[in-house]
Amino acid sequence: MEYTDTELMVTAAAEQLEDDDSVLVGIGVPNLACNLAKRNHAPNLEMIYESGTIGSNPSSLPLSVGDPVLASGAVGIESMLNGFSYYLQGGRIDVGFLGGAQVDKYGNINSTVIGDYEDPAVRLPGSGGACEIASNAHRTIIISPLEERRFPEAVDFVTSPGYLDAETERDDFGLRGGPDAVITDKAIMGFDDDGEMIVERLHPGVTEADVQAATGWEIQFVDDVERTREPTDEELRLIREELDPDGVYLD
Amino acid sequence: MASAISDAVDDGDSLYLAGFTHLIPFAAGHEIIRAGYGDLELIRATPDLVYDQLIAAGCVSKVTFSWAGNPGIGSLRAFRRAVEDGVPNPIETEEYTHYGMVAALHAGAADLPFMPVRTFAGSDLVDQNDAIRTVSSPYGDDEIPVVPPIEPDVAIVSAQRSDEDGNAHLWGIPGEQKEAALAADTVICCVEELCSTETIRSDPNRTLFTADAVDYVVEVPYGAHPSYAQGYYDRDNAAYLEWEEVSKDHEDTRAWLDEWVYGVDDRREYVEKLGAERLLDLEVDSRYATAVDMGDY
Repeated sequence: MEYTDTELMVTAAAEQLEDDDSVLVGIGVPNLACNLAKRNHAPNLEMIYESGTIGSNPSSLPLSVGDPVLASGAVGIESMLNGFSYYLQGGRIDVGFLGGAQVDKYGNINSTVIGDYEDPAVRLPGSGGACEIASNAHRTIIISPLEERRFPEAVDFVTSPGYLDAETERDDFGLRGGPDAVITDKAIMGFDDDGEMIVERLHPGVTEADVQAATGWEIQFVDDVERTREPTDEELRLIREELDPDGVYLD
Repeated sequence: MASAISDAVDDGDSLYLAGFTHLIPFAAGHEIIRAGYGDLELIRATPDLVYDQLIAAGCVSKVTFSWAGNPGIGSLRAFRRAVEDGVPNPIETEEYTHYGMVAALHAGAADLPFMPVRTFAGSDLVDQNDAIRTVSSPYGDDEIPVVPPIEPDVAIVSAQRSDEDGNAHLWGIPGEQKEAALAADTVICCVEELCSTETIRSDPNRTLFTADAVDYVVEVPYGAHPSYAQGYYDRDNAAYLEWEEVSKDHEDTRAWLDEWVYGVDDRREYVEKLGAERLLDLEVDSRYATAVDMGDY
């Protein structure tokens, strides 16, 4: 069955999640990926949102992390202070999803400014909880379209630390976890032992040259790059008919 | 509302209009715009449309924040115009992360000199905000980032209901409402409806803060529109989408303020202007919590 880039990103992100994971969910692709994983292979996935709702069971897809559908029927709701301290900083979040305007070769993410901080070309929303997700979740999954301007060799501003400069260890800064996977519309990347991004899987029809052309540095590839699994007909049916029937996230 | 704002707020004050998407005190923000305040420092983890409106109206000289955006939609455009182009006036920014902000409010509320946090290390935010520093743990060799107390002059906090003294009940997403109120010198509590103290006493676990924290109580139905009040009305998503269009241009933004803020006397007129049909669209079905037995001792 024909599928879109977004649908492939949803199924690829869902594959990263394991049963019993507690996941700090983001709106959009991460939300759909969690819903799909819950339906397929991870029924005990626990979905937690930045607003403090735990075990949300929304009747419709949330439009923001503070949406009322995330509060009704949740198993718990914490204040921001409790959620960020006891849950995230306390080490109770297995997986966090992150995005941003720029991601660099060491998985550092910028969601603060494009250009100089004092005189920015573009003022972005800022960290929100992203810096603490990057610092305290046991692993993070980055989701972003692969474009050269979004994947520069070094970000303009490190909002959320990845593997830093690859010389400094995350441990030295007291940071837990680190980026584990980068899900894009062309390929899926992991990180080598030095904390540098490395392409592990190419999406169907995408070449290594396509990926290199959309990346701002000479990107590494594993020796035996595999193809990303295509979404199954059943996954596409679930996404289109049950998980996002109104096309809230998929348009 | 007008008398509470005029008593509590002075030019140059630092204000915290609290709320994480839920129960944003829009009615109070609009009253501040109408009253023509200037040189305000706005503080909040998640500045949203009401802060964009205050900035566009020229009331603001500084914003202290951790995420400035239109939730689920995109940028906060008046905020960006002020930061990028100095329109209508340049504003200073002081930037934290979500946890950094609420930890700083906690320090303010609990009268602590600082609060240690496991965030900021490895982030360039440390270089941009002198208030974020590092200390050695007195119990070991570890270094840990710390944030200073944030103590706003005035916090404006919404809840679903309170008694006339300000003992307040909140349910749904509590955000940083409690910490902001307890950290501030003066607190205005805006509620959808007043209730009896007996109602508050029947369910004390639902109390957000007690009257000790509160200086002014304002009953203002639909005071959080276009945000929502859990169980009372839904978020008016069309208004957030409309703001994305209106706020692209400063003149359009001013025209919107002329119509919806300067053009009405108070929240009652605003609600009348919204009209019954729009409010009915925001109605939610009831879904009651099971009653708990507190025991009669």
